[in-house]
Amino acid sequence: MSRFLIPGAVFLLLAGVLYIGVVHSPNKSTMQSALLGRQVPAFSLPVLGGGGEKLSNAQLDGRPWVLNVWGTWCEACREEHQALLAIAKRNQVPLIGLNWKDDDDAAIEWLTQLGNPYTTVAVDKDGRTAINFGVYGAPETFFIDASGRVQYRHVGAMTPEVWEREFVSRLPKGGFP
Amino acid sequence: MRPQRRLPVVILVAAALLGAGAGALAIDLDAMPTSELQERYDALIHELRCMQCQNQSIADSPVGLAADLRRDVREQMIAGKNDNEIRDSMVARYGNVILFRPPFQRSTAWVWLAPFVLLLVGVFAGIRVVRQRSALVASDDSVIDADETPR
Repeated sequence: MSRFLIPGAVFLLLAGVLYIGVVHSPNKSTMQSALLGRQVPAFSLPVLGGGGEKLSNAQLDGRPWVLNVWGTWCEACREEHQALLAIAKRNQVPLIGLNWKDDDDAAIEWLTQLGNPYTTVAVDKDGRTAINFGVYGAPETFFIDASGRVQYRHVGAMTPEVWEREFVSRLPKGGFP
Repeated sequence: MRPQRRLPVVILVAAALLGAGAGALAIDLDAMPTSELQERYDALIHELRCMQCQNQSIADSPVGLAADLRRDVREQMIAGKNDNEIRDSMVARYGNVILFRPPFQRSTAWVWLAPFVLLLVGVFAGIRVVRQRSALVASDDSVIDADETPR
């Protein structure tokens, strides 16, 4: 009996390690943002279709806002678009789009055809701002609180359930003015 | 010269051009201004994980994000940042997971210690097995069967 003890223990140990590895593998949708609790990276980017107008993070200070990273080349962005439109209709929080490494005309056409859920869309043509946000795949959606700190990041298509659970719950009671 | 006799020459020229093309592609588009910087750059981009493909470094990955991260490394290096400062800036944005060699911290300690723990377990198991076997031989006083008696 005792000769099975050590192999058995080794087996259980290995099984345990592998189980932890499988369960906690860096699932793309659960990888935490390194920015959580930290100040939003500074940016000043042209507004899509804004004719030279710019949007900076400083303009958004003082109230919570949501940043959605998207591109017309991104399939999951099309998938989440209806959810974003529904969220925009509820008018709970400014929804800022970050058009990542995209073509302006294609982006404008996309919003004309599918509807525009965004309060403002900032254009990040060369992807520098996305890198500063630690973006590794579109779509990604960030919740930024009134003091300009990143409180949550969702990777992958937005859904009404995720919105309710992770974003609405972080809004101050009574919504934003 | 008749056309069909030209054919091998055409093929040779085409092959040579293709070869030249491949050579041109091999030139790093991210070339650094000095060879010293180039050396540091080449080493550093092999240490950083492509966040989109996870098991490739940003040096090996063809995706756009990897190219953007290489540009970021290049710009910081030219701006005079040292390797540690660049690594820190990457970790600040993407977390430890971007480093193929994670720092030794409380949360990553098991990654570094597990191999030594497993090695120790193996050594102890080995010692036990060897001891048990030698104990078996020493204590074996059973009578050898007539059939098994060596000739």
